[in-house]
Amino acid sequence: MSTELRTGQPPGDAPPPPRKPVEVLERLLVPEDLEQALARLDRPSGSYDYDPWGLSIERSKLFVGLVKRLYDNYFRVTAHDLENVPPKGRALIIANHSGQLPIDATLMAMAMLTNPYAPRAPRAMIERFFPKVPFVGNLLNRVGAVIGDPLNCSRMLENEEAIIVFPEGVRGSGKLYRDRYQLQRFGAGFMHLAMEHRAPIVPVGVVGCEETMPSLADIKPISRLLGLPYFPLTTYVPLPARVSLYFGEPMEFAGEVTSEADVVARVDQVKDAIRGLIARGLSERESIF
Amino acid sequence: MSKEQDASVARGGNARRPTVLVTGAAGTLARQVIRGLKADHEVVAVDFRYAARLGPRVPSYKVDVTKRGFEDVFRKHDIDGIVHLGRIGEDSSRESRYNANVLGSRRMFDLALNYGVKKVVVLSTFYVYGADAYNPALLDEASPLKASNLTMDLVDSVELENLANIYLWRYPELDMTILRPCHIAGPGVRNTMSLLLSQPMAPFLVGFSPMMQFLHVDDMARAVEMSFRHRGRGIYNVAPEDWLPYQDVMRECGCLGLPVPSLPPNVPATLSRLMRWKAFPSFLVDYFKYPVVIDGSLFRKTFGFQPEHSMADVFEHYRHKKKR
Repeated sequence: MSTELRTGQPPGDAPPPPRKPVEVLERLLVPEDLEQALARLDRPSGSYDYDPWGLSIERSKLFVGLVKRLYDNYFRVTAHDLENVPPKGRALIIANHSGQLPIDATLMAMAMLTNPYAPRAPRAMIERFFPKVPFVGNLLNRVGAVIGDPLNCSRMLENEEAIIVFPEGVRGSGKLYRDRYQLQRFGAGFMHLAMEHRAPIVPVGVVGCEETMPSLADIKPISRLLGLPYFPLTTYVPLPARVSLYFGEPMEFAGEVTSEADVVARVDQVKDAIRGLIARGLSERESIF
Repeated sequence: MSKEQDASVARGGNARRPTVLVTGAAGTLARQVIRGLKADHEVVAVDFRYAARLGPRVPSYKVDVTKRGFEDVFRKHDIDGIVHLGRIGEDSSRESRYNANVLGSRRMFDLALNYGVKKVVVLSTFYVYGADAYNPALLDEASPLKASNLTMDLVDSVELENLANIYLWRYPELDMTILRPCHIAGPGVRNTMSLLLSQPMAPFLVGFSPMMQFLHVDDMARAVEMSFRHRGRGIYNVAPEDWLPYQDVMRECGCLGLPVPSLPPNVPATLSRLMRWKAFPSFLVDYFKYPVVIDGSLFRKTFGFQPEHSMADVFEHYRHKKKR
């Protein structure tokens, strides 16, 4: 696969003055350290900086810059133990899901993108209704998110990518505030992929996203009308809760399994690890906002 | 002279040049393939539109493959191989497309078996995978063909593939290769996408810009030639390892964007039907909404194929065309 990249400036050259409005905004929103982190990402891509799933580092700079502002100033994220994320090679980053919108995935991706040990451009597996939503589906693809099809995941692992997966799916993101920090049922697909492709699993505990958009009820008639998996009665604007991310030690699952029950037992090990990280986060938390 | 006699002549050092039948000979792709094969093959050209002029050494016929007269070409020439590039396009009715592309092809495959043809290359298209919201990227040859499930207008394309598949597996003596290329574009190409990119203004669906792949017609001609010359029974995607969203493609080709509302979902197809957009046909609208990105690695590996033209070369052609 070609690795020709168009990101970054050649060393020593002064950057040309911005001309297009997008370039001016990029200058304003993308800080120098983030620009450098993006330039360090040596990603395989085609001659136009896109990969087959539609990710383009160059074209997502503005979005990344915006998220970085929110990451630092609005959600005031603290990322713990980032050294646990493998600096390169395939990996599955498995976390608890919450908060109605994929804010948790976005903040985790930002933490990995600006990881001082080794920045990585993670991929995220998203719900299957996103590609049908105008603008949103495209934007998500542009920044590296892809529908959660096992074929996509397999291909990406073979491509040595780090992939963020929420095995709870909509059961996790759409749950009500009264169920906060209670892990919902985990799908076992991620474990099969991890075993098949010999990919380490990095468990992550996310604390704070439950408070960004607390949902009091799921308004089912509206969700049915709009074809959405849920429609929450919530604040609709994310609240500025402090978010803490706890990256656990990588877990390896080698060897054969003899039944699906063995797979579920392995899933439970990951679930327990995440539960432990959440408990640590909740005990260390000093204030919600 | 029979083929056995030919072989004996060949053993004696006076080899008979093998004869190849090329369908759709009036098209740009076929002309290039013929140019390449002419060096060491006798070429017989057929097309349903008109008898293409391909030089004194290339007998050329205007033939309808569904009619009885088509067999005369096999009687007259000792055909060793077929490159099946001809198919009726979307200008015709659904029924006549089915008759020509499916029933006509079946007749041709039967004639190939009866007259001892050894090698057949069939040009299919990536459209057979169907533009589905849930398509994973890099669809390989084993991915299901969903096109006929999504639109009746592509039934003939999927059926032709299924038919070719039956012949491929049932008759091992027929060295059959089915090629599923991505968008073929470049000088002289007159397919839907080429027509669209040649226009100063190109419609796009608001909020959608699916990833696309383009192969220069010269490279595709080389791919067809390679698959004809070398053994490699089976089905192969043909595409570069390069991708660009449609709206960027439009810009690269110097097209102004004409926004088409994408909601409610049936609006774009209805608009296309009402406006009778030839370059943006209603049944292909979803291909401007959801990506159909194919994995061409099997073909690259099997035949040692590498495109010589970049996608930028393809786009340059359309940009340059507009300046003239």
